[in-house]
Amino acid sequence: MSRPGFVLEVDERTPPLLVHAGESFRLEQFPLGTRVVYPPDSLPGIRDVDGAIADALLNPLGRKPLPELLHAGMKLTIAFDDLSIPLPPMQSPDIRSRIIEAVLELAAAAGVDDVELVAANALHRRMTPAEIKHIVGDRVFASFFPEHLRNHDAEDRANLLHLGKTKHDEDVEINRRAAESDLIVYVNVNLAAMSGGSKSVAVGLASYKSLRHHHNVHTLRNSRSFNDPPNSAMHHSYDRMQAVLNEHVQIFTVETTVNNDTFPKNLGFLNKREWEWSLKDQASYVAAKRANDLAPAKLRRKIWHNTRAPYGVTGVHAGDPALVHEKTLANIHRQQLTEVNGQSDIAVLGIPYICPYNVNSIMNPILVMCFGLGYLFNMYRNKPIVREGGALIMYHPMPQEFHPVHHPSYIDFFDEVLSETTDPATIEAKYEKQFAEDEWYRHLYRNSYAYHGVHPFYMWYWGAHAMEHLGDVICVGADRKVATRMGFRTASSLADALEMASDTVGRSPSLTYLHTPPMRLADVR
Amino acid sequence: MITVIEYRRSPTRFLAARGASARTTGKIGDAVAGSLAPLRLINRPDPRRPGADWGRVRPLLSGICGSDLALLTGRSSPYLSPVVSMPFVPGHEVVGELLDDVGDLRAGQRVVMDPVLSCATRDVEQCPHCAAGHESRCDHVTGGTVAAGLQTGFCADTSGGWGGMLVAHGSQLYPVPEELPNERAVLVEPLSCAVHTVRRAAVPDGASVVIVGAGTVGLLTLLALREFANPGPVYVIAKHGHQRERARKLGATDVLEPKRAARVLRRATGGSLQTPERGAEYLLGGVDVAIECTGGGGLDAALRLVRAGGKVVLSGMPSSVDLTPLWYRELTLIGAYASDSGGGHGSSDFADALSLAGHAPLDGYVDATYPLSGWREAIGHALAAGRLGSVKVAFDPTRD
Repeated sequence: MSRPGFVLEVDERTPPLLVHAGESFRLEQFPLGTRVVYPPDSLPGIRDVDGAIADALLNPLGRKPLPELLHAGMKLTIAFDDLSIPLPPMQSPDIRSRIIEAVLELAAAAGVDDVELVAANALHRRMTPAEIKHIVGDRVFASFFPEHLRNHDAEDRANLLHLGKTKHDEDVEINRRAAESDLIVYVNVNLAAMSGGSKSVAVGLASYKSLRHHHNVHTLRNSRSFNDPPNSAMHHSYDRMQAVLNEHVQIFTVETTVNNDTFPKNLGFLNKREWEWSLKDQASYVAAKRANDLAPAKLRRKIWHNTRAPYGVTGVHAGDPALVHEKTLANIHRQQLTEVNGQSDIAVLGIPYICPYNVNSIMNPILVMCFGLGYLFNMYRNKPIVREGGALIMYHPMPQEFHPVHHPSYIDFFDEVLSETTDPATIEAKYEKQFAEDEWYRHLYRNSYAYHGVHPFYMWYWGAHAMEHLGDVICVGADRKVATRMGFRTASSLADALEMASDTVGRSPSLTYLHTPPMRLADVR
Repeated sequence: MITVIEYRRSPTRFLAARGASARTTGKIGDAVAGSLAPLRLINRPDPRRPGADWGRVRPLLSGICGSDLALLTGRSSPYLSPVVSMPFVPGHEVVGELLDDVGDLRAGQRVVMDPVLSCATRDVEQCPHCAAGHESRCDHVTGGTVAAGLQTGFCADTSGGWGGMLVAHGSQLYPVPEELPNERAVLVEPLSCAVHTVRRAAVPDGASVVIVGAGTVGLLTLLALREFANPGPVYVIAKHGHQRERARKLGATDVLEPKRAARVLRRATGGSLQTPERGAEYLLGGVDVAIECTGGGGLDAALRLVRAGGKVVLSGMPSSVDLTPLWYRELTLIGAYASDSGGGHGSSDFADALSLAGHAPLDGYVDATYPLSGWREAIGHALAAGRLGSVKVAFDPTRD
């Protein structure tokens, strides 16, 4: 039995606590009385993963067993989540490869010849062959790539199909091959409550025309939070789209959840609570910290991005997307939910080196904002961890550094758009269409490895709820010019940040540090 | 006797100044390069009037031009050496007081001077260019009654604006209206070059233009472009904050930092951004016309920002550059030197510039004047003008 989530109140005996700050980390002494939210201990992984997969496929929820859905002459599309989850990427074999192999074995046994595999990358960058191979495994890659295993192309008009509109007049347009298939098997990994369910096909295989209905400022401001699907306007839109999809194509989803074993053994101290660090953990910290600080920037980045997580699989469920997702959410809550008593004046976040959109890439300032004010701020149920008008303090150096291949439109967004305004609604109204329809960005998205032109806008919208809610955002250790461009303030230390925040929250604020990674979901009462 | 700043032949100083400007930057580099320039402050006899149509002019203000600075820091091309005569007194941006009656002009009149020493000033038969109204292309700049010199300020016989007196031919002089202060009048010469540049560019109506550089030449070119052409969006690449502000006031559609220019212009004009293995990014797409106004490295940027088949206009003295874009993108490279009296368009650049200076928002453009004795500081200031928030630095020989 793993220990549940835990809220520590810092006292005289509390050691300095670990805080991530980009491609670095540090120990920080928090003020007395600070609440520190830890996720539950990592759950034990399933021992017989292949057995669990077989069981899920043969005993699905709300669907016939998969073998009964497969027959000769049918058109089968297997779609799978792209490299944006899990984070860090999973040690081989990736759970998706094991599921895909199992599905392909059943398909082969049923005499299914027409099988296509599609990475559900929506407007994310195309994955490189090596990245695809990591997800699907060597055997599948060798058999299907490149003719029958490819990235979804949300700008390939000839290969998109408009299936209709929801009752809210939202376009549902997805990958033509998938839409015209007799069966879509969707293979998913879940690391956050926002993923999976109706989101998988309706987002992963969609076009901009479809995505713009839920990836917008209004929807995100009314998703409180988007990690709490019943209270997320974004998920309500996904569900409406799923209803349209259900009228046209049968979807058999396979969802998995992983535990909190985020870092490999050599960085095992990063998975632990600090006062439980052994002598070996303390030595590991000192050695890793020293080596990390001394390493040249390129090497440091390479080492971090080569990190693979030894996740254990905590659940495999298959069948009807809605029924499966209920089980998935329960598993996520089991692993991540920590009950927190009330909001605080200030929340503190350490932003790590990776987010869904910089795998094997650079975490540029917009992604830092997105991960802090978007993802981590929204890791709550009921109420945000910080009160309305409160302050958020986040740690990240936030250099003005962009990956020129992966994030070309981000560079222009930062230079051109943010220099004029940081207001999400103004940005959406004035600039989104220009960037979304820019031919060069389209070209780079389709032929290079670039995120779609509109992607930085979505990143900015992810933070729209937090921007509206918070009274102040202070970035510790950040590049002052960059933070200022984004509408934030900078401080050189936590003490300075707290001093600065006193303008907003007074001299004796309550403070909550959200200790992550590993991921946790705060259930704020 | 008059006091002048004389430029003399000194290979040692020439090379020293060149080395200092190439190897040092910032305040120290500017000060060192200025001090090492082959200049000296001397007293010498009044210049001789070469003919009856010439008059003596007492400079009231004389600007320091980018071409002067290129010369002083050893960055000017040896190509020009046959068309100058040494030693000479620099200074070709001049507002002064006429000391003799010349033609319709009377002694005591304030005048500005078109510095080009064309056929009309040399008492020689007109070359075909001067006959056609293209005096800036004159073939006779080494002949006639005065020594070789493409302009006053590069001629041993005429003296120049950086002295207590110069001589000018009547055809070079224009009376300054009473209401036009010296600080604006001294800008008429560079403004006439800007007018000429715009006319040479022949910007089609609605065409997109980028002006590379926002020093005196760039800003005045923007002013002339808005006055004498009907372009579409005009983008200005400016290095310094005050330049960006001035460019906006003069009607720039957008003002760009140099390192952002390619990306912003791609967004504005379409096309794609290409990143070569070495060298700066360039556009496949881009603006219709690029006008180089830096007198230096701006030409490389101009060539990389203009669309295929577009025009690149060279307003300043060029530096060496990779001309691959000119070939590959089939660009038209147009030179624009000084000003002329009409040529094909039939309107005098200088007269139009004088008129424009009367109502253009040029107050504050000359914000630093120095006596001739302060030439080291003046040159240092002019070399760092952009960084120091200045547009035009000028000598005031009346203070010596």
